[in-house]
Amino acid sequence: MTEAVALAWRQYRLERRLFWRNPSAAFFNFLLPLLFLAFFGAAFSSDPKELRIIVPGIASMAVMSTTFTALAFNMTFLREQGVLKRIRGTPMPGISYLLGVAGNAVTNTALQIVIITVAGRVFFGTGWPREWVELVVFVIIGVVCFASLGVAFSHAIPNFDSAPAYVNAVFLPVIAVSGVFFDTAHSPAFMKGIAEALPLYHLIAGLSGAMVTGASLSKNLSDLGVIAVWAIFGILLAVRGFSWEQRRA
Amino acid sequence: MILSVSEPAIAVSGLHKSYGNFEAVRGIDFEVQRGEVFGLLGPNGAGKTTTVEILEGYRERSAGEVSVLGFDPGRRPRELRARVGIVLQSTGLYRHIRVREALSHFGSMYPHPRDVDEVIALTGLEGKEDATARTLSGGQRRRLDLALALIGDPELVFLDEPTTGFDPAARRTAWETIRSLRDLGKTVLLTTHYLDEAQAIADRVAIIKDGRIAIEGAPGDLGSNAGAARYRVAYRNGTGREVEQQTDDPTTLLHELTGAALARGERLDGLTVTRPTLEDVYLELTAEQAEEAAAPLDDEHELGGRHRPRGR
Repeated sequence: MTEAVALAWRQYRLERRLFWRNPSAAFFNFLLPLLFLAFFGAAFSSDPKELRIIVPGIASMAVMSTTFTALAFNMTFLREQGVLKRIRGTPMPGISYLLGVAGNAVTNTALQIVIITVAGRVFFGTGWPREWVELVVFVIIGVVCFASLGVAFSHAIPNFDSAPAYVNAVFLPVIAVSGVFFDTAHSPAFMKGIAEALPLYHLIAGLSGAMVTGASLSKNLSDLGVIAVWAIFGILLAVRGFSWEQRRA
Repeated sequence: MILSVSEPAIAVSGLHKSYGNFEAVRGIDFEVQRGEVFGLLGPNGAGKTTTVEILEGYRERSAGEVSVLGFDPGRRPRELRARVGIVLQSTGLYRHIRVREALSHFGSMYPHPRDVDEVIALTGLEGKEDATARTLSGGQRRRLDLALALIGDPELVFLDEPTTGFDPAARRTAWETIRSLRDLGKTVLLTTHYLDEAQAIADRVAIIKDGRIAIEGAPGDLGSNAGAARYRVAYRNGTGREVEQQTDDPTTLLHELTGAALARGERLDGLTVTRPTLEDVYLELTAEQAEEAAAPLDDEHELGGRHRPRGR
């Protein structure tokens, strides 16, 4: 057991080193949410109410992109390249490897949340988060949910060349409908219905409470519940469908 | 226990593997003794990789008994994986990992890893220690594959086409490395397309065809024992013409030829008797299959219903 943890830690450190060894990729990874924040911040700067929506919205998008998008891409790539198969032939427990890989994604999530929080405070005057515990709870459950959904989704992607199309086909509509860039209160009912069925909408609600409105964790319990249901669904699919090898393309 | 020393490293009996309706492996039996270099030969699609991947624990068998170092690889025991090294036919690595870093990382997964520098020297990767995987040439990457398979100091090494893409000098070096593994008492199971490779480094070979073992033995003996391939007897006859005859029974043929020549008071100039080589045996055995080349499954990978792109 301790050995499995030690190996997971080694794998995590390797993943971190490799992440920074590709500096341009790392740079854009962190730049993208800041760019969104800058553009939308500039566009809405006259209306502080809009800013209060955009900061938790971008933070939620960052959770999804660093976990769901990143893991769907990485798993597809590692599987297609045979890296997973190679790891499978070593005595390293599969769970250690996956923890190392997931830990890497989670670290990026944490870094992005910090960057967005600081940028919101410094440039847009959204203030420091009001409910720290709520922030941490929602980020953790969001990470578990979207990371497992990302791994699960990678099973559906036939090969790495098609990965961007598959991932964007999910990511872009979800961030659009869930109210990353606008208040869903103004959405038509059917869009709101779709958004409410998806986890991102509820993550935004939770982060909005934590970072901006100060609505407490107890008020957002139903949001937490929806994300948790998606997380269970994601974990089941991620584990059941997991394949260490590329299937028929 | 003393018995366990003589126990074969690999024992396979009645192995079957089906993919849907297609039977890729149709009853294979063989044993690999400890300390032996065993070569599996055969055309693409014959079932080599399927067999090896069952032994490596990547695939489940449909039927039959398999034992690797006394374990059932289908159960994927961790202890077995710690004692086995695997070079797959084509596997990638993290693009940005450095050679030394990869070796020390993979080494940390094993209970008794070998020294990183020693393995770098053994596989001829000196000077490339700090190069990232993506900057390595194809042959260097293949050597890194071998190095990663050896870093855990395995008792048994699986090599699936280990020298594909090597230049002749690199192949010789790889052969030396494999021979040095045997000298260390390691067991090696090798698949290869290169008959000279099998002849050079394998103690015994088995030729697989259509999911069955067509013939098995020491590469040097296969020629003489092969039912199909024949001895070639060549000489110049009385009029100086080159004559070549093929026979299963060179003793009788030579006796007849030399007897007749002596009776006529002639000599058989340029008389040679050539034993069939491994290549003759192989080509003979696989000839019919080559004629059926129109068969849809000409790539072994497709048997598994998989597709792995190369390169990138």
